[in-house]
Amino acid sequence: MRYAMAVDTKKCVGCSDCVVACQTENDVPIGYCRDWVVETMDGTYPQLEVELRSERCNHCANSPCVRCCPTGASHFAEGGIVLVTHNKCIGCGACIASCPYDARYPHPKGYVDKCTFCNHRLKEGMKPACVAVCPTKCMYFGDLDDPNSDVSVILKKRKSKTLIPEAGTRPQLYFLI
Amino acid sequence: MNEELIISGRENLMVDPQLHIWHWPIPLYLFLGGLAAGVLFFAALFYLLGKENEYRAAVRRVPFVAPIALIIGLAALFYDLNHKAFFWRLYTTVRLESPMSWGAWTLAVITAVSVIWCALHIREFFPRWDWKYQWLKDLETFFNKYKKVLAWVMLIYAIVTGVYTGILLSAFNARPLWNTSVLGPLFLASGLSAGAAAIVLASKDRKERLAFSKIDLIILGVELFLIVHMFMGFLASTQVQIDAAQLFLGGQYTMVFWIFVVIIGIILPGILDLMELRGQHIPAVIPGVLVIFGSLMFRFVFVFAGQVSRWLY
Amino acid sequence: MATRRQFIRISAIGAGAVMAGAAGFRLLGSELTEGQKATLAALTGRTPTYCEVCFWKCAGWVWKDDGGNIKKITGNNEDQHSSGRFCPRGTGGPGMYYDEDRLKVPLIRTDERGKQVFREASWGEALDHVAGKMKEIIEKNGPESLALFYHGSGGKYFTDLFKALGAGNYAQPSFAQCRGPRDVAFAATFGENPGSPENTDIRDTRCLVLIGSHIGENMHNGQVQEMSDAIDKGATIITVDPRFSTAAGKSKYWLPIKPATDLALLLAWIHEIIYNEYYDKKYVEKYCYGFEELKEHVRNFTPEWAYGITTINPTLIRDTAREMADASPAVIVHPGRHVTWYGDDTQRIRAVAILNALLGSWGRRGGFYKQEGKTIPVYPHPEYPAPEKTWREWYPGKYNLADLGVANVLIDASIPTPEKEAMIKGWLVSGTNLPLTVPDTEHTLEAIQSLDLIVAVDTMPMEITGWADVVLPECTYLERYDSLRDSPHRKPAIALRMPAVEPKYESKPAYWIARELANRMGKGEYFPFEKLEDLLDWQLKQMGSSLEEMKKAGVKTWEREADDLFFGEGEDISFWTNTGKIELYSTAMENEGFGPLPVYTPHPEPPEGFYRLIYGRAPMHTFSRTSNNANLFDLMDENSLWVNPRVAKEWGLASGQYIHLKNQDGVKTDFPIKLRITERIRWDSVYMVHGFGHADKKLTRTYGRGANDTKLITNVMMDPVMGGTGMRGNFVTIITDLGKEEVAS
Repeated sequence: MRYAMAVDTKKCVGCSDCVVACQTENDVPIGYCRDWVVETMDGTYPQLEVELRSERCNHCANSPCVRCCPTGASHFAEGGIVLVTHNKCIGCGACIASCPYDARYPHPKGYVDKCTFCNHRLKEGMKPACVAVCPTKCMYFGDLDDPNSDVSVILKKRKSKTLIPEAGTRPQLYFLI
Repeated sequence: MNEELIISGRENLMVDPQLHIWHWPIPLYLFLGGLAAGVLFFAALFYLLGKENEYRAAVRRVPFVAPIALIIGLAALFYDLNHKAFFWRLYTTVRLESPMSWGAWTLAVITAVSVIWCALHIREFFPRWDWKYQWLKDLETFFNKYKKVLAWVMLIYAIVTGVYTGILLSAFNARPLWNTSVLGPLFLASGLSAGAAAIVLASKDRKERLAFSKIDLIILGVELFLIVHMFMGFLASTQVQIDAAQLFLGGQYTMVFWIFVVIIGIILPGILDLMELRGQHIPAVIPGVLVIFGSLMFRFVFVFAGQVSRWLY
Repeated sequence: MATRRQFIRISAIGAGAVMAGAAGFRLLGSELTEGQKATLAALTGRTPTYCEVCFWKCAGWVWKDDGGNIKKITGNNEDQHSSGRFCPRGTGGPGMYYDEDRLKVPLIRTDERGKQVFREASWGEALDHVAGKMKEIIEKNGPESLALFYHGSGGKYFTDLFKALGAGNYAQPSFAQCRGPRDVAFAATFGENPGSPENTDIRDTRCLVLIGSHIGENMHNGQVQEMSDAIDKGATIITVDPRFSTAAGKSKYWLPIKPATDLALLLAWIHEIIYNEYYDKKYVEKYCYGFEELKEHVRNFTPEWAYGITTINPTLIRDTAREMADASPAVIVHPGRHVTWYGDDTQRIRAVAILNALLGSWGRRGGFYKQEGKTIPVYPHPEYPAPEKTWREWYPGKYNLADLGVANVLIDASIPTPEKEAMIKGWLVSGTNLPLTVPDTEHTLEAIQSLDLIVAVDTMPMEITGWADVVLPECTYLERYDSLRDSPHRKPAIALRMPAVEPKYESKPAYWIARELANRMGKGEYFPFEKLEDLLDWQLKQMGSSLEEMKKAGVKTWEREADDLFFGEGEDISFWTNTGKIELYSTAMENEGFGPLPVYTPHPEPPEGFYRLIYGRAPMHTFSRTSNNANLFDLMDENSLWVNPRVAKEWGLASGQYIHLKNQDGVKTDFPIKLRITERIRWDSVYMVHGFGHADKKLTRTYGRGANDTKLITNVMMDPVMGGTGMRGNFVTIITDLGKEEVAS
């Protein structure tokens, strides 16, 4: 089982609903966020192009953060989700420095926190909060090993990219372009 | 025109607007660890080469710097942790892929070894030292019997301590400035030169000072070579590494690196050492202090600049 | 009393509601597992509500944690407004509840107005004070001397109070400061306005034309969702905007129009569609009045003519006209929402309406559908006394086509002139922050200073509450019952709002406040129910439901009764216009002495060194209302000024730099604004999101952040048809020297 998420940049309007839904669902402290929205703009007026995408931890298959964790707090869970066991984390910050996507942050309680693909919701058959709330329904989530899952189906239909694949992390967050 | 912006107001503490998760305790520890590694390396090396009486300071006295440096360094690391109550988790597992895990265990070993080594030479400072308890006296006898083994262990772990800090940083491919395999040897060289400088500063024997000045000079030369080699590597590498190198070639860390680390920390003491070897009388304290200062600045600059270097945004 | 047919229908609806409820759970991902039930049960029950953060009123659920604290808000899957997905502001609703800067107790002013020196008072004292003064004012000057400005759910109770008093001076700024011109323009053309939410069938359209609408940045939830559906189905989007908006980024065609020239483009499109015979001939022949006059009128409005005015290439004008025609009748030329721009706004939207009519989209699938709402039964009450005088008397003969109150006229009527005394002596302001809503702030403040009484009802300390004599703290929508939501949509539906938690501090619902005032003014008979939920239960039982049922379902939808969603093929239809037809040539406008067909008039352009101030919305905020909400402040804590790189080069500006702005009348921003140097804006304009630059220190998070565009809107271009206040005729210059900050209170 390999969980993955796909975000359709052609439909994302950058409303950041995913950010605030994640915050209320996961009690992310005010001033921090587990996901964020990026706008890239190219061109000269009036030949312009804008891409909008919702980013978060990529739950990389070749994850540098799991590799560098000295206590094993950062680990792979079912489906390849990268999680942090709070009472094993010493707050050394190595994983934060090791993430090329800057996806992690030091939680005020001391441990390191990040997107968990809403693991607690997956267990009950629900989608992650960001996917469930997105008003443009531009986010897809599911098991890549299941050819009928939302994400498998959409990745077969559309062109997609990942962020900085050359960093070698094998991210599992795809952007439909 | 090209813009790339985060439009949802991400302002994660210590991550935005630019990564700053490691502050002064980390470079301080890296320096102290390197210094201790250098000092212990020379102590072990020259003991094994049978020079313990010729180089009394190197083998018997200067090693006392090591446990102090290591303990202060460890305290700094502990202070830096965000989740201090769980620090003991480091010692519940060995993670071969994590240089930080090796570091935690190596540090445990080298600190213990350095304490033992110092204990064996306590009479350099306190000639009438008495261990009082029988089990301590037995331990002293035991370690003196296996002093050679101890020295080998110390030698190897000193090298590991010196080099692993560089490997730890170089394993972070997310920070292009650190992601070079030259960093390991470079940190080791820097630590060894600091160790040699410490010996020069502490030694009262002119022959010993001269010998270690020569050793220091060679190591400084190696360091300089490695630095040049490192920059050549960056500039011939991918865009992110070219950008990382620019931090020192016109970017915000240019002045501080070339002046404090290279000129004051390597070239100037190198020249002074050379002059010393040619017969000029240079007060030993000057190049010694400069080298140690350079070694400290090197770690500060690299840890801070490394966090600035990035792949995205 | 229920006939057999009604019984069957009610049971079917009941069964349907139960199945819909279960289906709602199923939509969460899979059949309800034991784990799911446990998860849902662990959250101590969910309560239904409809959101109050903006006017869309999406229905949803409020979830609480073990301790009974509000944790999160999600959408109600059965709701047509939101389809189970809330927008960022709705999702950030908890921030409104938890905001520590909220108004907590009634306040009574003890110093000069505007100095913001208040003392705390009990509700009894505050209400006695307000009712007493209101009675005094009415006795001296008649009920027309009281004015009500309102926005949001609370407005209904205060308008009921006013109606009971025989007072007819009430207005929502959202009419004359926002959608008024398009409501009047569509009413003049089609006999009805587009509604709120609008009756745009975006999800089935094949071509969506956005001229002055920035869907995606304005977070009209249902429309953003439907636009996404349309994109999935391969619909074309055509965006006309001087700025490369989010919608422009998703458009097949972006027309980078020179500001203030939209009417020329619309007329050229009408020309193309008529002279190339792209229009829906059957539809126009059957339903439209005035085609020949229109055809003659646009004879010379060619794309070449428009090119000279709008700077849009004639080929592009032709191509987009063709695109629209190909999609006809599944094409929408969006009526827009905030359309008070240059004073000729009713005429401009008339052109939009005409274009839609020619393309045959009104009443057709993929165009505009026919909304149907549920009529909520009214509990019997004594007849309202008819008001003797209203604001219409202030400018006799003017604004007859305005079907709702014009807020700026209420403001004008509060200021005595050399010729006449002020008509209005007292204001009640509920849920609208007038200084950041109505342009020409100085004028609004002058009016306030002329009043005998100004009372503000609000949840947060805002600029308006700073100027009030009495501040009455209202609780948020999460803490109260409100009237059933009955907005018309594709299917008639209602939604329930019930409190998830008890009101915090001493805050009270607007219903309670209005009733307490009514009781003190001898109008208690108009508010017979002490508890609003009892009224709701009565109403629901009349409709075949009950409060119990609605508490579990949140939303109730019925099948359409009146007619079909769209016009039938060849169906005979009578429109509510003078001629009974869709008036391309408007007799209503003509009767009032206005042009029956729109005409392009050029508008003043920015002088040298000045740039047109354009403003807009961000999807994470609702005007000035949410800037202090912690969750939403996290997303956007200040606005920034979009400046073209050419302009930046001229002035030596850098992105991230802070600057001040000064407008053509010498008015300067209180706080500096951050720059974003971007190619997305023309070199003759600058753009910022509206709603920042708060000057009220009680808003601890947002005070001083960003710039207040309303302050810079001092040149108001009046729409003679319905009194709308055009706001885009203001020009600003850049001040790089930050100097000392001045703070207006």
